[in-house]
Amino acid sequence: MSTTSANPTPLGAVLNTTRAPTGARVVEPLLPDLLLTQEHQMCPGCGEPLAVRCYLDVLAELGVANRSIAVAGIGCYTSFSGTIDLDLVQALHGRAPSVATGVKRMLPDSIVMTLQGDGDMVNEGLQEVLHTAARGESITVVLLNNGVFGETGGHMTATSVIGQRTKNSLDGRDPSYHGYPILIGDLIAQLQGAAYVARGSVHNAGAVARTKKMFRRAFEAQINREGFSFVEVLTMCPTGWFIPTREGPQYMTETLGEVHIMGELKVDGRVHTTEEIHAENVARQTEIEAQLARGGLDTEG
Amino acid sequence: MSLASPTGTPAGRSLMEGSEALVRAAIAAGCRFFAGYPMTPFTEVLEHFARLLPDAGGVCVNAESELEAVGMAWGALATGARAATGSTGQGLSLMQESFSEITLAELPLVIFNMARGQQDYYQATRGGGHGDYRHIVLAPQDVAEGVELVQLAFHLADKWRNPVLIYGDYLLAHTQESISVERIDFAEPLPPKTWAVDGSTSGSGRSKSVTPLGVAKHGQPAMGQEGKAQYGATKIPFMEREVRSESEWLDDAETVIVAFGSPAKFVKYAIKQLRAAGHRIGYVRPITLWPFPYEAVAAAARGPHVQRVGSFELCAGQMIDDVRIGVAGAAPVHFIGGVSTDGSGFGVGRILDVEQVTARVLALHQGVEQPTVPGYETFGYEIQPHQMEPTR
Repeated sequence: MSTTSANPTPLGAVLNTTRAPTGARVVEPLLPDLLLTQEHQMCPGCGEPLAVRCYLDVLAELGVANRSIAVAGIGCYTSFSGTIDLDLVQALHGRAPSVATGVKRMLPDSIVMTLQGDGDMVNEGLQEVLHTAARGESITVVLLNNGVFGETGGHMTATSVIGQRTKNSLDGRDPSYHGYPILIGDLIAQLQGAAYVARGSVHNAGAVARTKKMFRRAFEAQINREGFSFVEVLTMCPTGWFIPTREGPQYMTETLGEVHIMGELKVDGRVHTTEEIHAENVARQTEIEAQLARGGLDTEG
Repeated sequence: MSLASPTGTPAGRSLMEGSEALVRAAIAAGCRFFAGYPMTPFTEVLEHFARLLPDAGGVCVNAESELEAVGMAWGALATGARAATGSTGQGLSLMQESFSEITLAELPLVIFNMARGQQDYYQATRGGGHGDYRHIVLAPQDVAEGVELVQLAFHLADKWRNPVLIYGDYLLAHTQESISVERIDFAEPLPPKTWAVDGSTSGSGRSKSVTPLGVAKHGQPAMGQEGKAQYGATKIPFMEREVRSESEWLDDAETVIVAFGSPAKFVKYAIKQLRAAGHRIGYVRPITLWPFPYEAVAAAARGPHVQRVGSFELCAGQMIDDVRIGVAGAAPVHFIGGVSTDGSGFGVGRILDVEQVTARVLALHQGVEQPTVPGYETFGYEIQPHQMEPTR
């Protein structure tokens, strides 16, 4: 798979954040909702801060922040445990859904969500998330899926796609040697206890807006006690993918995004297959292109 | 609130299985969450929690594995609830990673081990998990003491914000005894659980986190992982003050036996019979396996007439290490127990018999060879010719 940019530009010209652009001035201090600091410890180009912002914004919009409890797994995103302004329980690698179960069973009126990566959830804790979904626990499980162990430095996970180069699949993931990726969202959608399942991403503004809607529906499912809700967010990891920072979004859509298809996998008890979602996405894209050809995008939706 | 069996008069005693008595004691102590996975001889503890907790306003989850069980208890504890999990030692092996980290997170977990014999002494007192931690381990000799120690376990767990393990076995879990489960009010007050999370501080800028990692909320001083480990290490000497043991007949004892749990009750009875026949034998029974009663064992071993110390255990000999540390060379220390089997797999078996125990204690006292452990003649290892000499 090729990821070379057609028009390489020196990185500094694109991402010089060391000083404000000429003429820029502070209008008002910006501190997003439910964050204790604007700073984070992620690498440049990482998608995880965006994904976390998405669900924090939604919690604030829904007005349920003051009864929300997060349960964090182990990965890069663990450092958010110190920066997000939510009561938090730190779990072991893979075990967050069980810990969240204990929290929710003792505090049934609270809003409980996990924060896990693909290594944490799909490798180490696959049984935990499946059983928790099957039990229909009224919690929202959040997967930040970048198809790689980012914290250890770029190793293959159970969601790495065929052909993906990692530090322990140097020539690309070969199914005859490394096996096939697990489409965890599709798997969970099949379980009766799962009320809402969706897969979003944060590789561009449209995707962020769509993902926020998914978080809203997931938290609403929890608030309405409909059962287990699950939001997977495909996140960029240029460091773990060994690519230039600004190529992250494109690499993501060309690799993970082609396999882990974005869309709502289960709504109101109805499962949407990957084929259906893919067809919807193609139709949506075709419509957008048609609108652009007519001179501009329709604003709603 | 009456917690006696429905078949008995509320304030009186009733015949009750050990498992049920332990569970009623846990509920009397305020336990409101339990998660477990069936495994003999622990299974009935899970059954009684599943039956009794909902009516007490609690929750019992039939976890899909021991990994899930301990994780669920972890979450319940983080909300400030009194919570427990349990299994046999085999199932607890699966939980060890969480035990290590729950201890670092300072969560007051109570663990029930209805063990297969006494093979889990090391697991209980040394831990199978990583890192520097200790769990207080309480080993009741019978159901009546179990009812007290289970309630003490919840109290000590909160007092020290540290896990406490109840070491039981097949006999404790399954013996029917005439029992009255009364709530025990411990005299010392416990501080409020201001660290517990309920979501109410989310979004206030003062949100809380319960973590084993030493990560703090932004702007707060963070311990870091090593700092958290140091903090835990410096707590250990204070917890050692909770040591408990029972001893008897040491003034004139020539032989001292150390034993714990259900087997200790057999040992005490055997010694009583032997003393009636004129044999000067005494005993020390550790009630806390950690902290181990080193000073009580040391004092016993330094008695004016003591010539030998025996460790009676239903395993290959694990507690004997602590007995040796306590005796510290004051007298020779002998192992007089063994792996006990009746083919059931529950590890109590044929040694746990008054005649057997008496014969083993008397053999040590008289300085003669120990009787063969029943079954060893069939299963005992036969050394091979190439193994006769140590490799030089």
